[in-house]
Amino acid sequence: MNIEKTLDAKGLACPMPIVRTKKTIGDIESGQILEVQATDAGSKSDLTAWCKSSGHELVDMKEDDGVFYFYIKKA
Amino acid sequence: MSEKKSTNIILFSGDYDKVMAAYIIANGAAAYDHDVTIFHTFWGLNTLRKDEKVQPKKSTMEKMFAKMMPRGAEKMPISNMQFLGMGPKMIKKVMKKHNAMPVSDLVELAKEQDITLLACTMTMDLLGLKKEELMDGIEYGGVAAYIAEGENGAVNLFI
Repeated sequence: MNIEKTLDAKGLACPMPIVRTKKTIGDIESGQILEVQATDAGSKSDLTAWCKSSGHELVDMKEDDGVFYFYIKKA
Repeated sequence: MSEKKSTNIILFSGDYDKVMAAYIIANGAAAYDHDVTIFHTFWGLNTLRKDEKVQPKKSTMEKMFAKMMPRGAEKMPISNMQFLGMGPKMIKKVMKKHNAMPVSDLVELAKEQDITLLACTMTMDLLGLKKEELMDGIEYGGVAAYIAEGENGAVNLFI
């Protein structure tokens, strides 16, 4: 997977991961992939729902040692 | 994407925790690309008060109100477990530990995200609040202004 940009949202609480993701996805082009790293437990359902609503594709998601990794393909 | 959705919140309460909830939802909705409006009425208006003392010309009753009401969110009580002022201190400590943003920062973030902060002029009159006491960059209106924003709203909340 070709990651265009990585957003470090670790340690941030709701609603910041989603606010930062929205802002950062504006920096990449359609079809490119943004990686988001977050530790907020709610971010899993938050980012999934946000992608669904905004039309971006959540390509992959994984959890490693308390950190969630999201890979979002910009619509 | 289809036409922009909107989120409209009536912020009636002047409790730190309730204001926090309102502003977290508002900022989250803005990240969802909604047009967001927070309509501040009654005690919720105190969220918009400037921190510093402003003393516009007021009647005795208005002066009393001004003295009793908090200047800005950070001076507000919480809705539960107030404990004579210990409650807000405790919750702010816990918030810091969990990296939650203080309400004053959430208000700034709301402005950055172009959220419309609307102050209800009718209740401003009742509580004796003047425009110069409220922060810059806000709008003033009444119920019609709120309905105009809210009638197409996807999310409408009263907090």
